[in-house]
Amino acid sequence: MAYAAGVDVGSTQTKAIIVDENAKIVSRALVDTGANVVQAAEQAYQRALENDGLSEEEVENVVGTGYGRYRVTFGNAQVTEISCHARGAAKMFPHTRTVLDMGGQDTKAIRVSSNGEVLDFCMNDKCAAGTGRFLEAASSALEIPLDELGPTALQAEKPVRISTTCTVFAESEVLSWLGKGKKIEDILWGVHISIASRSIGLLRR
Amino acid sequence: MSQTQNPDGIVGWGNREGAKLFREWFDQLNQIAEQNGPSAYVFVMGSMAEILQTFDLPLVFPEINSLQTAVRRVAHEYLGEAEDYGYSPDICGYVKADVALQLRGGDHPMGKVPKPALAVLTNACNTYIKWGEIWERMYGTPLFVLDVPGTRGRGAKSMPGDDGFENDRRYVEAQMKELIQLCEEITGRKFDIDRFREVLDYTNQMNLAWSQILDLNKSRPSVFNALTDGTIFLGVSNGLRGTKVGSDYFLRLLEEMQYKAGNGIGTRTEEKYRLVFVGVPCYPIFRRFNELFTEWGGTFVNSTYLWFASGGANRGFQYDLKRPLESLAEGTLLSVRDAMDSMFHQNLVIEEMIDEFSVDGVVFHPIKSCRTVSTGLADGRRALMDSRDIPSLFIESDMMDRRVVSEAQMKNRIDAFFEGLASRRQRSSIPV
Repeated sequence: MAYAAGVDVGSTQTKAIIVDENAKIVSRALVDTGANVVQAAEQAYQRALENDGLSEEEVENVVGTGYGRYRVTFGNAQVTEISCHARGAAKMFPHTRTVLDMGGQDTKAIRVSSNGEVLDFCMNDKCAAGTGRFLEAASSALEIPLDELGPTALQAEKPVRISTTCTVFAESEVLSWLGKGKKIEDILWGVHISIASRSIGLLRR
Repeated sequence: MSQTQNPDGIVGWGNREGAKLFREWFDQLNQIAEQNGPSAYVFVMGSMAEILQTFDLPLVFPEINSLQTAVRRVAHEYLGEAEDYGYSPDICGYVKADVALQLRGGDHPMGKVPKPALAVLTNACNTYIKWGEIWERMYGTPLFVLDVPGTRGRGAKSMPGDDGFENDRRYVEAQMKELIQLCEEITGRKFDIDRFREVLDYTNQMNLAWSQILDLNKSRPSVFNALTDGTIFLGVSNGLRGTKVGSDYFLRLLEEMQYKAGNGIGTRTEEKYRLVFVGVPCYPIFRRFNELFTEWGGTFVNSTYLWFASGGANRGFQYDLKRPLESLAEGTLLSVRDAMDSMFHQNLVIEEMIDEFSVDGVVFHPIKSCRTVSTGLADGRRALMDSRDIPSLFIESDMMDRRVVSEAQMKNRIDAFFEGLASRRQRSSIPV
């Protein structure tokens, strides 16, 4: 059996998967990217190999993607995550027309053709508003673990309005709502609405 | 390249000579500044260079001074000083770099820039007017604002032969007479109509050559990179407009491009994809920005920047020397309008170019600190996508401020764009 691997070095986390000849995912791994991008790529790949007891020799092709794709030094090719998303979505969900990727530092809306080609795409600008980092900032300000953000927000009754478009300012806005006595659930719902509306804006573009 | 392929070193002459002339132009400005001599501050859209050259008033282009601080990687220092002075980060980067330059007493990486004895502005960009008011407050500089009528009469532009056009032309001509009067007062010299004709004749030669050079990039491979080489040509086109040196340069440059086209000599990039650039270049990482495209074999065969930043000289308008002032008014009206259209309705021209220039993709580059050139780009792109099946890329950065330039983000988008172009080409090569 021959295998292929993909290593996605993102701004916050690095992911590796290994697929077999039938394009079935046989192993996966996820590590924090951290400061050493090359090491993160190697670590994720090695863990994915270990998880299924595979050796490097059994993997015929490795593709690097994500911001750190050129740091996947053992990769055979580098492809942007934009193209990878399009191909992957068309393969797994054949009638996909649009992909929304909410990453750590950016959000991408991708228009996809039936054969997995990127027809068009747009992303947030240099600012990280409307991204995973935005949720992390809220998690830190409210001292709630990331995993609990969603369930907590679902208990809200009346969302507050998060008006800022900047992740850095969002943190102080969240704190100012706390100071005004708003419930954490309502603030979190507001954070989610803010992210959703930024993403919808990208989809419309 | 062997000697036989490059007789008299003609290939590459335009870039070498252009860079040399550009340095000499700044050296001359430096001398004038040291002697406290007069200069005229002008802008690339409607510089009125022909009238000012007739009075031998040295031209200073604040836009060019500013972009040069970015190319030389010191713009952040100038922007920071202007912001410390009180200007918002959201204000045009060109304006702020110039404010800092004035606060430094004219100090610029290329030498000292003289103070303005006169400033000539057009309504092609409304920031020009507010910018001019800064010099007015700083130095009491007389401002001359040339009001170029744009779209009138139910959204339609008047064209030569229309009654409306003649009215517009007379309106511009009347303003030019006022400018001539102002120049006479400033220089103490009378307007010399024969000298004026001579200046117009130089511009005619330059304009004609410029339009022919742009046309020569229909060749495969393209003979110059519209983003990088084109910007060198633009510097000469603006700074030396209406001079013998400027027109001689363009005539020789035309010969170089004709030679390259005739001998199948392209740029330094192995051309795989032919692109059109829309907007203003990313000067803070000028060379790297271009490399992000050339690494994929992408070359820019044309650019709207070469149209509007040459003040519409790309039209190749020829002044009638028998009725010089009348004709200058007509040419200015048409060229400045064309420059404005290059910013607002660029899709109409690009649609026509796609076939003629064998274009594979169009790159839209809105910039944060210039609303004038960036406002209509999203709309223009949509219009283009509706009318033609052509891949396009929309990337945002700035022409001055490296704080809003993210190379990693840009590379990601550019790489994805080329992956799409490659996949499209592969698909089209497969027989159905």
